Amino acid sequence: MNLHADVLVRRGAFTLDVDITAMPGQVLGVLGPNGAGKSTLLRVLAGLDPLSAGHVRLGETMLDDPSAGIFLPAARRPVGIVFQDYRLFPHLSALDNVAFGLRAAGVDRPVARERAAALLHRLGLADLSSRRPGQLSGGQAQRVALARALATNPGLLLLDEPLSALDARTRLEVRAHLREHLRDYPGPVLVVTHDPLEAMVLTDRLVVIEEGRVVQTGSPLEVARRPATQYVARLVGLNLWSGRLGRAGRVDLEAGGAVSGVVDAAMVEGDTVLVALRPTAITLSTAQPGPASARNVWGGQVVGVELLADRVRVEVDGPPHAFVDITPAAVTELDLTPGRRVWLAAKATETDVYGVAGRRDP
Amino acid sequence: MTDLVPGAPRRGRERTDRELGRARAAGAIPWPLGVPAALGVLFLVVPLAALLVRAPWSALPRVLWDQAVLDALRLSLLCATAATGVSFVLGVPLAWFLARSPWRLVGILRALVTLPLVLPPVVGGVALLLALGRTGIVGEWVYRWTSFSLPFTTWGVVVAETFVAMPFLVVTVEGAFRAADQGYEEAAATLGASRLTTFARVTLPLVAPSLGAGAVLCWARALGEFGATITFAGNTPGRTQTMPLLVYLALEDDLDAAVALSLVLLLVSVVVLVALRDRWLRPVSVA
Repeated sequence: MNLHADVLVRRGAFTLDVDITAMPGQVLGVLGPNGAGKSTLLRVLAGLDPLSAGHVRLGETMLDDPSAGIFLPAARRPVGIVFQDYRLFPHLSALDNVAFGLRAAGVDRPVARERAAALLHRLGLADLSSRRPGQLSGGQAQRVALARALATNPGLLLLDEPLSALDARTRLEVRAHLREHLRDYPGPVLVVTHDPLEAMVLTDRLVVIEEGRVVQTGSPLEVARRPATQYVARLVGLNLWSGRLGRAGRVDLEAGGAVSGVVDAAMVEGDTVLVALRPTAITLSTAQPGPASARNVWGGQVVGVELLADRVRVEVDGPPHAFVDITPAAVTELDLTPGRRVWLAAKATETDVYGVAGRRDP
Repeated sequence: MTDLVPGAPRRGRERTDRELGRARAAGAIPWPLGVPAALGVLFLVVPLAALLVRAPWSALPRVLWDQAVLDALRLSLLCATAATGVSFVLGVPLAWFLARSPWRLVGILRALVTLPLVLPPVVGGVALLLALGRTGIVGEWVYRWTSFSLPFTTWGVVVAETFVAMPFLVVTVEGAFRAADQGYEEAAATLGASRLTTFARVTLPLVAPSLGAGAVLCWARALGEFGATITFAGNTPGRTQTMPLLVYLALEDDLDAAVALSLVLLLVSVVVLVALRDRWLRPVSVA
């Protein structure tokens, strides 16, 4: 069953206006910052919130269509959802949590429990079936919640920030499990997340939402390589500038400065383009470099120094403004304190110039 | 000092736990607060102590094995339990409605429903007479059709006690419904559960501790009910004479009996308090 949702939701000053299609077996990621409208989208699809206008259709079934006066409430939609905080019923065992949907559908208690037990077994949770949610670890609770959502064979599966409630180590383990189980699931899956890694690993296709609108769609790889907005560029750790393509791969940047790069074949002079550059591809020096192969050389002032896991990200005010990744040792050696004058250099071959094709301007 | 206390010779004697506690608490209660607080405690405790001090311990078995006393005790327990049952059946759905209704006027309804909490019980009794008495606005019709009249019957006791005690249950349970995480109800809905199924299988179990607390509170209030009962149901031994009425009656001719009966009610109250202790002294979670 295809999911097609043309969603318009107005809540006070906020408007969510997106159009989403997901194919059976496809895992569609919805990526966006907090407040972008991701959770609202999920609630609309689940039937917990009504549309203002548009429609939600799953296969041949219209779930919500204000113009036709159709609204199927959550209880009557074939939609399974795994909430961010799982919402396992605290007074029921894992088994009864999983059996809940079947019981609600009128399945006899012994049959429902038998099927629930089989599902728990399939997900490797058989040992936990008699435990209450309070006695489950975060990763276990996540899987029980998935089992509960799958138990009624929903035509659409929704996951809200599936890994955000887990600690870093559990996340790794659960992510692998989750990907496996999502691959087995025959219907369309929607995964809402603000974690780029989660999006890259779990999903087949990404929709990036900002301020209630779709700003980019594409495969996770495309989105990660050629982000369309600063938000995505920050998430995947790229410098991103926009500008106008000039001669010989030279781009005049909107915020000042100019860089040369490898230009996508589809672009012609005068086009509005985006320029992406990895922070590790930039070299930083405290004196103006002499003649070198790097085509892009510019000066600036250090405005910030932040320690990442294994390296240091230096923020340099341009133009253009840029993030540069260097080793901790280099920071000490070069005495990189805010206000320090530095020079940045990057090879044109590392600098990716592309169009705003995947991008939809708000 | 031995080697068992490392560093003791160098640092001198260590403070005991008790001294540590005293040092921390020093000056914790300024006297303008401490003195009234102490007086308040005395004010509440001395009368109860007097009850124990003046108790006719030797006469206790004689007084309590009296048939009238046993009748009153049985009637009290029976009526209070019945009133709690009625309150539960009517009050829990009412509490749910008050907690969840999006209706604008629900605030007025809540005020009306909780009015008996602050209303003098005698007034409640008079009001019940005017509504359910033989010539009351409802009672008249009931009497005409069934020739049954509620006042001055055991059922009347139950009605009077329910009127006074149900708001305690409603208020307690409504608070619990309000505090209960509606996320669970949403989860139940996405699993295909109807609203009624969700209520029975998710919401009620989640607020179970408060249902218990509300029921106990309601029962205790019903057991002690005096004003509305005597006004609406009268004081007929074996039929409408509950313990509080008997205590009041006994006070006129047999002080020992009144004290003995009071002790019984005091004991019940203590038991109730112990039963509720966990609910009341613990920070409220879902319940």
